[in-house]
Amino acid sequence: METIAMPAINFTAVMPETILSVFAMVLLLVNVFVPTQQKAYLGYLSVIGIIVSAVSVFNGWDAPRSLQEGFNGSVLQDNFALFFKGIFLLSSALVILISDHYMKREECNHGELYPLILLATAGMMLMASGTDLMTIFLGLEVMSVCLYVLAGFNRDNLKSNEAGLKYFLLGAFSTGFLLYGMALTYGATGSTKIAKIAEAAQSGLVTANPIFLVGMLLIAVGFSFKIAAAPFHMWTPDVYEGAPTPLTAFMSAGPKAAGFAAFIRVLVFAFPSLMVDWIGLLWILAVLTMTVGNIIALSQDNIKRMLAYSSIAHAGYALVGFAAGNAEGAAGILFYMLSYAFMNIGAFAVIVLIGKKGEANNNVSDYAGLGFRRPVLALCMSIFLFSLAGMPPTAGFIGKFYLFSAAIKSGYIWLAIIGVLNSAASVYYYLRVMVFMYMKDPTEEFDWVKVSPAIALCLLISVAGALIPGVVPSYLLNLAQKAVLF
Amino acid sequence: MNQMPALLSIITFLPLIGVILLFFINKNSHAVLRGFTLAVSLIVFLVSLPLVTGFQNNAEFQFVERIPWIAAGPFQMNYHVGIDGISLWLVILTTFIMPIAILSTWTAVEVKVKEYMICLLLLEVGMLGAFISLDLFLFYIFWEVMLIPMYFIIGIWGGKNKIYAAVKFFIYTMVGSLLMLVALVVLYFLGMKAGYTNFSLLNFYSLSIDPAIQTWLFLAFALAFAIKVPMFPLHTWLPDAHTEAPTAGSVILAAVLLKMGTYGFVRFAIPLFPTAMTQFTPLIATLSVIGIIYAALVAMVQEDVKKLVAYSSVAHLGFVMLGVFSLTQQGIAGGILQMLNHGVSTGALFLIVGFIYERRHTRLITDFGGLAKQMPVFATIFMIITLSSIGLPGTNGFVGEFLILIGSFESSLRWYTVIATSGVILSAVYMLWMYQRVMFGELTNPKNQVLKDLNVREVVIMVPLVILVFVMGVYPRPFIDKMTPSIENLIQQVKQKQVAANQSVPVMPQMQMPAVAPQAVTPAEVK
Repeated sequence: METIAMPAINFTAVMPETILSVFAMVLLLVNVFVPTQQKAYLGYLSVIGIIVSAVSVFNGWDAPRSLQEGFNGSVLQDNFALFFKGIFLLSSALVILISDHYMKREECNHGELYPLILLATAGMMLMASGTDLMTIFLGLEVMSVCLYVLAGFNRDNLKSNEAGLKYFLLGAFSTGFLLYGMALTYGATGSTKIAKIAEAAQSGLVTANPIFLVGMLLIAVGFSFKIAAAPFHMWTPDVYEGAPTPLTAFMSAGPKAAGFAAFIRVLVFAFPSLMVDWIGLLWILAVLTMTVGNIIALSQDNIKRMLAYSSIAHAGYALVGFAAGNAEGAAGILFYMLSYAFMNIGAFAVIVLIGKKGEANNNVSDYAGLGFRRPVLALCMSIFLFSLAGMPPTAGFIGKFYLFSAAIKSGYIWLAIIGVLNSAASVYYYLRVMVFMYMKDPTEEFDWVKVSPAIALCLLISVAGALIPGVVPSYLLNLAQKAVLF
Repeated sequence: MNQMPALLSIITFLPLIGVILLFFINKNSHAVLRGFTLAVSLIVFLVSLPLVTGFQNNAEFQFVERIPWIAAGPFQMNYHVGIDGISLWLVILTTFIMPIAILSTWTAVEVKVKEYMICLLLLEVGMLGAFISLDLFLFYIFWEVMLIPMYFIIGIWGGKNKIYAAVKFFIYTMVGSLLMLVALVVLYFLGMKAGYTNFSLLNFYSLSIDPAIQTWLFLAFALAFAIKVPMFPLHTWLPDAHTEAPTAGSVILAAVLLKMGTYGFVRFAIPLFPTAMTQFTPLIATLSVIGIIYAALVAMVQEDVKKLVAYSSVAHLGFVMLGVFSLTQQGIAGGILQMLNHGVSTGALFLIVGFIYERRHTRLITDFGGLAKQMPVFATIFMIITLSSIGLPGTNGFVGEFLILIGSFESSLRWYTVIATSGVILSAVYMLWMYQRVMFGELTNPKNQVLKDLNVREVVIMVPLVILVFVMGVYPRPFIDKMTPSIENLIQQVKQKQVAANQSVPVMPQMQMPAVAPQAVTPAEVK
């Protein structure tokens, strides 16, 4: 009587993604009936979707294993995935809050924006909870395709078009690496399931197989591209500069975190037998990424481009925690990605406000005198910049402290030293913005800067997120620690 | 102990409450802003006085507060504060100098007054916090937090080269302190191996660390502190920062911020890494002596009065370092006393430079001459402070320098002391020469013929400093008595660990109190 056992489908495990996708579909339909000038309502609706999804994320925390696993072991919504899902939801919500203002100003107020952000977020979530290389790949593609469109969203702007095309071409190229790596891994182990790969790799025969090693390397290259680690960072500056500002903020926070989530999951679980190899690889990647990002950022005049390079450097700091190869390092990445979402999106929110139509007024020198014309806005910006620079008492400092400490704990003292020296170099370009804001005389009155309630809310949340964990970080750090107790 | 609970926290965070209240004051009512800030700083000073009266003359940390703060993963940080005889006076120096600095801004800062006051009070929080922290992580936080307001003070209200000076100041200090952070974490993990699970300084004191590791850790800590002191050749940020900073900024920078460096050596680098300290004493003594002589020579040829005073700071702190590294009772007592003296007299010198700059908008020595006729009160005060800076007997400068030289002469640093003594003469040369060129001679410049003497406010600023110059010069005993037990304890602790390291016997925890305290030599007896 027994027939083929039905694979255990467990929708609880993909509930947050499902909610977002449903909202995205509904929004696409609603969009047709909403007049151009009122697309903001779509934004409100999508924030509601995000909140509903967040509720299901909170409910999933510490759930029994049977509820976490789904689709025959292809997804696993454990605390690790949930923490990341929280980061994704937070960054997409903050970005949606600043989008409307920007899109109205740039006159590209198309309603598709919000469903695309939601779908990209759903893709990231799938990446974080995927335990099968195919699931991860699917998630990554859902995310990436949405992002290609989003990068080129301002279709009347040449730079935005360039960003979209560049991101698409290079993204497709890197996906090729990733997929080839997955195929080789499958060839060497006979499975795409992470658990099975690790199982197969227990036999020395598989581990010694060069195909297996090459597979791991290609996968690492693919993910390095997604997190914009040097030397796979070439696309970042152009894409970040050209893409609409809110979406630059989005790309630097959410997808980067998603890349890390999948990267950690795959390397730690599928390739524990090659740990010595990939730790060495990450060590080099971390040093290169931090140094390249910071050094080039030093000479940038466009603030978006500067933050793009700085975002490369920040991926490098997170890689330091990854290279540490211990639980503190992984928890440090989680904490850092969360605080980075707050401080970076916050900084971009200020950029959106200061900018003028056609992506004008985005140079560091355009901030001259902001500190005494718009003191509150400048104060917010200073908090974000100090947090990015890793000055106490901000979340950025605690995050870096934790990442570098993890490296020291594993004995990589030189890595930590290179990290802090990089961090000292980065102070220069963050200070430069403050030099203009506070120490130069204003050339403009900044009378076009109108802080809408949505942006004010975004700034408020970001300031709180950049400051409170800097003073009382215990709660979030413990959550992160718990999330990496796989 | 019947000490007021949480007194240290109240002192430290009162200025922060002041900052929050400042936000609600209209930015155009300058008088209210200044008056309020002055009131806050005066209250902080008054509240800090019970620290002196309530302080028991022993080596224990007092007014201790300890509250769990961060507990995550392998880390445990406490809000752990307390003072001993060494930090007591530095806390008082800070709370004492702040009202004076604020009072000096009355006419000096006319724009962005509100922001200036906010920066000053924030700076006070950072400085006080750094002096009272007994948890290394907490210390690091305050140490870094201090940077931000000072950066803005130099960068916003500074002179024409302000941005260069501010950024240089920030980056210099940041590089040093970040390496210290790495050393701090390494130290923490070493402590963890010995069973300690927090950043408490007292735990680390009882740790015996492998000499090879000590060397590296000492270097990292010493770099951060040496930049702050600043020691030759890391002093290049100081003349820039001082010259560009507004008067109040220079006063605080000289009086308190530089002391962070020397305090860091006394509190952290030396007792934590005694073996490495022995190893590096010749190097540090050499650099100190070079600093003393070099800075004096450079000061001599300065055309800008403020730059001259800035270089004299480098020389004075060279003396402090020499005294501290002699590791003798008199040397360290002299060093700490000299830290206070330098705070008083160099702070006063910067105020004096500020007074004439406000009147003439120039600081070039050649623009002056013969001011004594026009400004007799100013001339008198300037003379007293100049003599105190040179270290004339009867003024505070003498006691400090004398103790330092005695202490280091009796230690292994004898020959360094001999050379350093010539620095005393050089300081007389450049200070008196400068005084002569500015104050005496013919009153030729017509712009100087209409200068007004000090007004009441300026006299009020200077009087407490002048009184202190004499009090500390004639009767320094109360100052020294309070710090003696702590210094003895420090020396005992370091020597014991050095001996133990030589015998390579692991030192076991806790040696808080010295068994028999050797009789301290106070300057009263010396005379």
